[in-house]
Amino acid sequence: MLKFCLKRLAFLPLVMFGVTFLLFFCLQFLSPEMRASLYIKDPRQLSQLEAVIEKYGLRKPMPVQYAIWLKQVVRGDLGYSETAKMPVAEAIRAFFPATFELTLLTFFPILIVGVFFGVLSAVYKDRLVDHITRFVAITGYSLPSFVLGLVLLMVFYGRLHWFPPGRYTLETDMLVHLDSFRHYTGLLTLDCLLNREGGAFVDVVKHMILPACTLLYISVALLLRITRSSMLEELSKDYVRTARAKGLPERVVIRKHALANALIPVVTLSSLLFIGLLGGVVITETVFDFPGIGRWGVQAAQQLDVPGVLGSTMLAAFLFVMANLISDMLYAVVDPRIRVGG
Amino acid sequence: MPRLKRAWKTVKRRPMSLLGVALIGFFLAVAVLAPVLAPPEAGTRDAYIIPQTGYSPDPVRPSKEHRFGTTEQQYDLYYGMVWGTRTAFKVALKVVGFSVIIGVLLGGAAGFYGGWVDECLMRFTDVVLAFPDLVLAVVIVAIMGPSLEHVMYSVMAVSWPSYARLMRGDVMSVKERDFVAAARALGASDARILFRHIIPNSIYPVLVVASLSTGSVVITAAALSFLGLGAPVGYADWGQLISLSRNWILGSSGNPFEYWHTVFIPGIAIFLFVLGWNLLGDAVRDILDPRQK
Repeated sequence: MLKFCLKRLAFLPLVMFGVTFLLFFCLQFLSPEMRASLYIKDPRQLSQLEAVIEKYGLRKPMPVQYAIWLKQVVRGDLGYSETAKMPVAEAIRAFFPATFELTLLTFFPILIVGVFFGVLSAVYKDRLVDHITRFVAITGYSLPSFVLGLVLLMVFYGRLHWFPPGRYTLETDMLVHLDSFRHYTGLLTLDCLLNREGGAFVDVVKHMILPACTLLYISVALLLRITRSSMLEELSKDYVRTARAKGLPERVVIRKHALANALIPVVTLSSLLFIGLLGGVVITETVFDFPGIGRWGVQAAQQLDVPGVLGSTMLAAFLFVMANLISDMLYAVVDPRIRVGG
Repeated sequence: MPRLKRAWKTVKRRPMSLLGVALIGFFLAVAVLAPVLAPPEAGTRDAYIIPQTGYSPDPVRPSKEHRFGTTEQQYDLYYGMVWGTRTAFKVALKVVGFSVIIGVLLGGAAGFYGGWVDECLMRFTDVVLAFPDLVLAVVIVAIMGPSLEHVMYSVMAVSWPSYARLMRGDVMSVKERDFVAAARALGASDARILFRHIIPNSIYPVLVVASLSTGSVVITAAALSFLGLGAPVGYADWGQLISLSRNWILGSSGNPFEYWHTVFIPGIAIFLFVLGWNLLGDAVRDILDPRQK
């Protein structure tokens, strides 16, 4: 097991290298002047274009530029993100907890709803419950997050004023930036509770309800499908027939026998889902103006904020490799028949 | 065509598949009949440019003159929806078609030749897969400049890897089969073996996945348009029309749903279009995938 993990972790730098190298390659399609102009904020500085090109070595061959950047990263300097208006490392520290919080709030409801209705749908296959569940699931899967997001905002913010977009209201903003507010965990909801700021806690949760609901409705279909098909497969197997023939009540057959085996693919998929939420809730965060890692990444990409894109992509690539690793390990943990390594 | 007949039989049995066929059929009819349903004004050079009546920034509600109302800047929503159907089909079919071709060729080559060709191609595929889809797509469009054409390229660039992976696995198993050895013994060239024997026998899983992912391709392309990276303002494209509605979710004081049409009409169109493809994809899977029977 350890050998397997180490082997997979050795793959990590390779992916990081590939991802960043590919980005550098894409950027070569812009002329050095254009890339230099990305560093310039004031039109009066335009006369110094050549100096900027010189300073950042933008005319050098691409591998050389890449090597220069790599040297910086090794020294721990990820650069300055123009879109976040702060250094990349700091931006990651600022945006990642927000996304992590949102992911936590979304993940468990998805798991519960997906597995519950997936099992229900399999047990009552081709009955009304099954049809309705599957239809609702496929509509969620077909709904673009920005459409659902805008509609939810229209109703729950525009009409009812219940759930505003953004991260928190101005009051909470002021509160969390006070010196007396201690940041214990970086997760705002928890920090509010630990600081005994009930009002701020409610406010922060209120801002996460709509994005969480959007993500739930859109992402639950996949889990539901996997649960259903895996459950159907198990229910058709011989050991289930044996259990029924023994005269076990159907409830026990389903819960104790079939479900335990049917959940194996669900567990592995859910780790991918968790990391997927962490890395890729770009549009949902954008629609709800939620300051997370996805919104930052896409803003950086839109404005060609090179250090920002490199930083957020490296984080996503890291999560991607870890997700695959964890999912393979979970596979071995929940299913003793499988041995990784070999 | 007994095969088509059998396919139709499968579809007919399932109301959900029928719904999918009906939805895509409806949109296809709208796309084909676009010049009849929403005739462009005489003398327009590009029928995809939505006619504008005035320049007032506020959207106007549906009326007799504008069946679906207007967006901000007074673009006629009905016209945009009708011609946008053509855009949607164009994007969906082009992107899925080309990414399948790229995936089949690269995955096929990797599986067929093995060795370092396989190693290089698959490590490259892994790298592209490790990218957050949308971020890579946005970078590509940002570098090339915003346009619908570039949105299509960038979505292709992020969607071929899954086909390549799938294809590689299938080619690897098919190339060990006896009929390939037989073809080789008869002196067939590599190209002939690959294109006449291996690809036709390993492409079905790719086609199944392609039909299942058409819907999400449409969503990704629309999301890029929503971010303002797609067609220019005023071009008949659903995602772009939704991005125009972003400032109008609040309505006016006293009437919070004043501008509902700017979100709902293009939103429902995208939703139904994607739903149609997803239901159709399910049907295709049931028809092509023998394990499901």
